[in-house]
Amino acid sequence: MVLAESGFSSPRNDAFPAGLRVLVVDDDPTWLKILEKMLKKCSYEVTTCCLAREALNLLRERKDGYDIVISDVNMPDMDGFKLLEHVGLEMDLPVIMMSVDGETSRVMKGVQHGACDYLLKPIRMKELRNIWQHVFRKKIHEVRDIESLEGFESIQMTRSGYDLFDDGHFLSGDDTTSGRKRKDADNKHDDRELSDPSSTKKARVVWTVDLHQKFVKAVNQIGFDKVGPKKILDLMNVPWLTRENVASHLQKYRLYLSRLQKESDIKNSFIGMKHSDLPSKDSTASFGPHKAMNMIPDDVPNGTYSFSASNSLAQNVDLKGQGDLKGITSAPVAEPKGALSIDIHDSHEAKSTQMSFDHSLGSVDSAVSFASFNSTTPLQYPWTEIPEIQFKQEGEPLHLENGFSQLPLPGPSMIENEANRSRIEVKPLLDECRSNFVEHLGPVGAEDLFPIQSKGQSLNNQVFDLISATKSSMKTQDVGLNYLADSELALRNLNASGVGVPLATLSEDLQICWLQGDCYPMNYGLQDLECSTYDNPALMAETPFHLYDVLRFDHEHLFDPTEYYAIDQGLFA
Amino acid sequence: MESKHVHQQIAAMRQSFFDEEVLDEKFSQLEQLEGKDNPNFVEEVFTMYFRDSTAFLETIEQAMKTIPIDSIKVDNILHQLKGSSASVGANKVLKEVNKTRQVLGKGNLEGTKAGILELRKEYDSFKAKLEPYFQV
Repeated sequence: MVLAESGFSSPRNDAFPAGLRVLVVDDDPTWLKILEKMLKKCSYEVTTCCLAREALNLLRERKDGYDIVISDVNMPDMDGFKLLEHVGLEMDLPVIMMSVDGETSRVMKGVQHGACDYLLKPIRMKELRNIWQHVFRKKIHEVRDIESLEGFESIQMTRSGYDLFDDGHFLSGDDTTSGRKRKDADNKHDDRELSDPSSTKKARVVWTVDLHQKFVKAVNQIGFDKVGPKKILDLMNVPWLTRENVASHLQKYRLYLSRLQKESDIKNSFIGMKHSDLPSKDSTASFGPHKAMNMIPDDVPNGTYSFSASNSLAQNVDLKGQGDLKGITSAPVAEPKGALSIDIHDSHEAKSTQMSFDHSLGSVDSAVSFASFNSTTPLQYPWTEIPEIQFKQEGEPLHLENGFSQLPLPGPSMIENEANRSRIEVKPLLDECRSNFVEHLGPVGAEDLFPIQSKGQSLNNQVFDLISATKSSMKTQDVGLNYLADSELALRNLNASGVGVPLATLSEDLQICWLQGDCYPMNYGLQDLECSTYDNPALMAETPFHLYDVLRFDHEHLFDPTEYYAIDQGLFA
Repeated sequence: MESKHVHQQIAAMRQSFFDEEVLDEKFSQLEQLEGKDNPNFVEEVFTMYFRDSTAFLETIEQAMKTIPIDSIKVDNILHQLKGSSASVGANKVLKEVNKTRQVLGKGNLEGTKAGILELRKEYDSFKAKLEPYFQV
């Protein structure tokens, strides 16, 4: 591709916006057909699908496979606005909404959720012809971000900038080369040097699970309230990431959290757990009980607790437990992705998680006298040793095992309810997780997991339901389960699954804790799960998708947060 | 001669559609989308439309017979019908759909029933007009 430094001299120039890769989502087949035709007439590459879920899958499979998404507002399986959010958070693609209904309130909602544009049906050709401007605009902004960071450009360029160039992105002086982002041309032009940073096209930063975990961790470390893009950036220590990237991601993250928060608040009502200051260490322990209550004594459930407040706790707890577990077990439990697992071991880190737990615990405590659980043996299961150790560090955050046995915490009723609810939903997830984990856990003795799982399942399910995170916890649980298998004891009490989960979830929870900082256990729970692939981060990562997808969809009605998790997960993944 | 006659017929029919506002500009757009590689595009679209819309209308009519009437469901289908009709430029049908939706929105079930009858009439006549058009 010829890179034109100034102006569009590259042959590609002419090409753009032709070949723009558009994904159209609409439940009405007549419209799909018409739109496809119209877009093809604009020389765009069109992919159609009639289900939002399907669309998300397509987008996830090929992260850079599309430039823009056009979606209808009214769809049977998922609200168009939700899809919009997902895409915005996970893939950061421009999304255009369309509808027959052009009411101002709807349009406003669309914009609020991040839509680039809102088209009214019937859509005219000329309107479709111009959609490329949104893609272009985003590219420009990205480039600008790059420019702001010295040295980034070069990095970016090599990394992603080449996409632009490859496709004939033309570099124009200050005008960012718009060029279509062409992922195919990735790095083809590595040898190209971008003389003009501004011209280089900044590849869109893909917030992978790892990256997002780092991000969340950094946020949690700083303290959600004090967070700022610069601080986060420094903490994350990702060389090629720009402050702008972080800033925009932070914004999304905040929106996401606030949404979850609202939902969790609703959920909390039954648990009554709100982040209240919990004794830092104890809180973790309390989580255990929480978890047990709701989910499975294992901290893991923490994340799953739907109650927002408790969620954080749960998650935190789980995380902690996991962290500890991880540290101890070191074996099968693959260190949770990211620092979480590691952090757990680290006292300071653990603390942070604890803190999060504390918060959550606090709430939890208030709601449920989980404290009693705290004492529960973290994990009586074989690997409980590990957890115990870890728990001790934390102050026995994971009294998973104990928690399990103790399940009868005062507030169990609430949790149980939740757990029950989640149970149903969680179960499927758990199963999934289990299978996933089992594989990974290998050494742990997957078999053990199963028996435990079945037991824990019920618990786990509960836990999971509670927190979309359960998914993640499942994973952790699986890991835990392995451990627990031996200790059937705890499992039995808990339902086995609970225990198993806690372990797993712990790590995840920890992640959650960190992520949440404030109390977004829910979301993180999921995230943690995914990220915290104990045994195999990669494996975990794989599962998350379907897990949270499952969660997402299954629990949609149950937990909106789950969806967020999905998003989070998507981020992670 | 015959073909010329046929063309004239088609043209006349088409024009009448626009004159009567049975079809709106959307229809022309669809025609523009047609090309050598898919000469029957418009027809295909309409076939799809008729198929779906007939099903929609039947569902609505069924829903209107059940007691109590599930107005949410009816509204949803009307919304879909609205979208579909807009896609092909079925102007009058669209207007009827909108009218009926408004009446339904106000809770006037009787009025809704009447509206749906009207809608059905419009739709049938629309279909009756378009089908020969395509056959020609």
